[in-house]
Amino acid sequence: MNLSDDDFTLFGLPPRFALDRAALDQRWRQLQAEVHPDRFAADGAAAQRVAMQWAVRVNEAYQRLKEPLSRGAYLCELRGAAIDAERNTAMPAAFLMQQMAWREALDDAADLAAVERLDAEVLAAERTMQAELQRLLDDAADAPAAAAEVRALMFVRRFRADIERRLETLEAR
Amino acid sequence: MALLQISEPGQTPDPHQRRIAVGIDLGTTHSLVASVRHGVAECLPDAEGRLLLPSAVRYLEGGRRAIGHDALAQQAEDPENTIVSVKRFMGRGLADVANAGKLPYRFVDRPGMLALATREGEKSPVEVSAEILASLRQRAEDSFDADLFGAVITVPAYFDEAQRQATKDAAQLAGLNVLRLISEPTAAAVAYGLDNGSEGLYAVYDLGGGTFDISLLRLSRGVFEVVATGGDAALGGDDVDRALADWALAQAGAAADSARDKRAALVAARRTKEQLTDAPQAEWRCTIEGRELAVPVARAQLDALARPLVDRTLAAVRKVLRDARVARDEVQGVVMVGGATRMPLVRTAVGELFGREVLTNVNPDEVVAIGAAIQANALAGNAKDGELLLLDVIALSLGLETMGGLVERVIERNTTIPVAKAQDFTTFKDGQTAMAIHVVQGERELVSECRSLARFELRGIPPMVAGAARIRVTFQVDADGLLNVSAREQGSGVEASITVKPSYGLGDEQIAQMLKDGFAHAEEDLHLRKLREARVEAERLALATRAALAADGHLLDDDDRAKVQALAEAAERSARSDDADAIEAATKALTQGTETFAAARMNQGIRQALAGRKVEEI
Repeated sequence: MNLSDDDFTLFGLPPRFALDRAALDQRWRQLQAEVHPDRFAADGAAAQRVAMQWAVRVNEAYQRLKEPLSRGAYLCELRGAAIDAERNTAMPAAFLMQQMAWREALDDAADLAAVERLDAEVLAAERTMQAELQRLLDDAADAPAAAAEVRALMFVRRFRADIERRLETLEAR
Repeated sequence: MALLQISEPGQTPDPHQRRIAVGIDLGTTHSLVASVRHGVAECLPDAEGRLLLPSAVRYLEGGRRAIGHDALAQQAEDPENTIVSVKRFMGRGLADVANAGKLPYRFVDRPGMLALATREGEKSPVEVSAEILASLRQRAEDSFDADLFGAVITVPAYFDEAQRQATKDAAQLAGLNVLRLISEPTAAAVAYGLDNGSEGLYAVYDLGGGTFDISLLRLSRGVFEVVATGGDAALGGDDVDRALADWALAQAGAAADSARDKRAALVAARRTKEQLTDAPQAEWRCTIEGRELAVPVARAQLDALARPLVDRTLAAVRKVLRDARVARDEVQGVVMVGGATRMPLVRTAVGELFGREVLTNVNPDEVVAIGAAIQANALAGNAKDGELLLLDVIALSLGLETMGGLVERVIERNTTIPVAKAQDFTTFKDGQTAMAIHVVQGERELVSECRSLARFELRGIPPMVAGAARIRVTFQVDADGLLNVSAREQGSGVEASITVKPSYGLGDEQIAQMLKDGFAHAEEDLHLRKLREARVEAERLALATRAALAADGHLLDDDDRAKVQALAEAAERSARSDDADAIEAATKALTQGTETFAAARMNQGIRQALAGRKVEEI
């Protein structure tokens, strides 16, 4: 076991997009119970340093595997398909149209209920795209196509962050 | 009488069989100290049997101070020299303090953190807090008639970097060895969860005198995992007192202008609020400018005044539920913590939001200190292995300023700590040889709307065309929630780093001086203290190393094992000498010599965890 092992190896999980979330959570708690600095509070500085490194590494892997988007991106990278979102901005026209329609809908949404409706719609679309990502990675083994799907999902994630901010402002009133 | 302890055959007995470790709840209004005794966590009383120490310090003539009840006794006569609710000023500048004009103090504006002018000179909130902590430390040492091994101090989950660091500094100033800073709601969950054997998702609603926290925690077999946390570091029962005092003064057609009147109006308001917890009707009675005033207050009136504040807490609760992506009905219980949750309005409003009766079967004043004591006991190595693990998160996002005054978030809020994250940046101009790094905390997009934590510069970048340099900025947040930032140019290896520390007008030298002649070590020779600490540390580490060799010596080859053995023996030998520096050197050598061994043991532990087996089964 090494700090440089990949996330799936570290957690003893198969390197697939489909994920047993309960197993991931359980592994995370088991691993933290082993490596957390609090476990070595009385063992001196060397043990503390090692524990800190490992606890950070375990949390990093957990965060990455937990989120479908980062898990998908990580799998693409592992399989040699770079995401490289900054240079790869080309998107299908239909997807861009959808984005614009959503942005307009958010601008026009006057009350909490309207924003919540939009949020539900975007969430449903995100789920469909995640299902497609799973097909591309786990069944079709098509990493380059999966990387394109990840880039599209990044757009959706950013838009959902905007929706969330809007919800917060509306609720704060 | 305590029974004699007999260790199991083959196990090394610990020479310091029980280390005295305490949990301290450093509250806005009250502070408490608790410890685990005979397996039970309990708050420690003072000589008069009182558990709560009012968080109040009065500076008297001739360098004397009165702490707690003694300080409060004369507060109306001497408001400017009697500091209460100092927690609200920790890590804060004068501009951060709302209603500063309504508070009976002479504030001194200082960069980073304000100070308070008293008859004993200017006092930083860190110094005032240290007085309270030192008093609790004394109480604990008197209770056990022994020195403390260390303390776990609680802070609001919503405390930012500057506030946490200020708290840690105050503890160090009070001569406490800080084992860990933990969040108040997490501490409360530990005390509640272990007591009630609870499993599942719980919310902790913690409304204290000056701070509000809401945390969602998942409890599972001794693991307390914070899922999301939020709150307001400047909202609490004090605000209700102030609203009630303002209203009552207006009703009476009076104004509180002097420091003394301001304090009297607030004290009367608190008393009235507390009476209204049980009674539907009470009276605000107060002497202002020599006039005796009495204003009748119905509970409905108090509720109307408190409602906007309670609504702010409810908005924070909704936000945390959204952050955690959790529906209200998934929450199995809502634990109420903090004295202000005694208000009937708070209990009803929170209960309505969650659609369930809130849990009030814990003492809202004591539960935080109790939880901290349980964690302190575990960290001191007194508890059985694997009993308790806290996995906390950072409550506020951390980021960097980029072009145009925008924030680039590096670590998002609600990320589990400890955590480290790196982000790459590049230069903006051709030939640029320095880069200013501005670390900020908060959720807003604009730097100007976030809290500025630290600025530092990376200098000596070799001149290159714009965009060619690769500067990696690494954020590391330790298990106390404290941040360290470093920057490194990848090509040349030029480095710079900073530990975020609020400035409060005290240099390291001043702190050392204060420690020397100060309250913390009044009758103690610093040299002797250093020697004793060095010895304890060397013996502790040697012992831990021997135990590790006995358990996992097979991980080393004969040569390495002999080397580690020799280092441990050297540390033990030096611990019997009187040379503190030599002892520290031996401890350091042992630490360095066991680094590979520690890594190998960690590997083994992880493999076993993955195999799903417990150590005893192997």
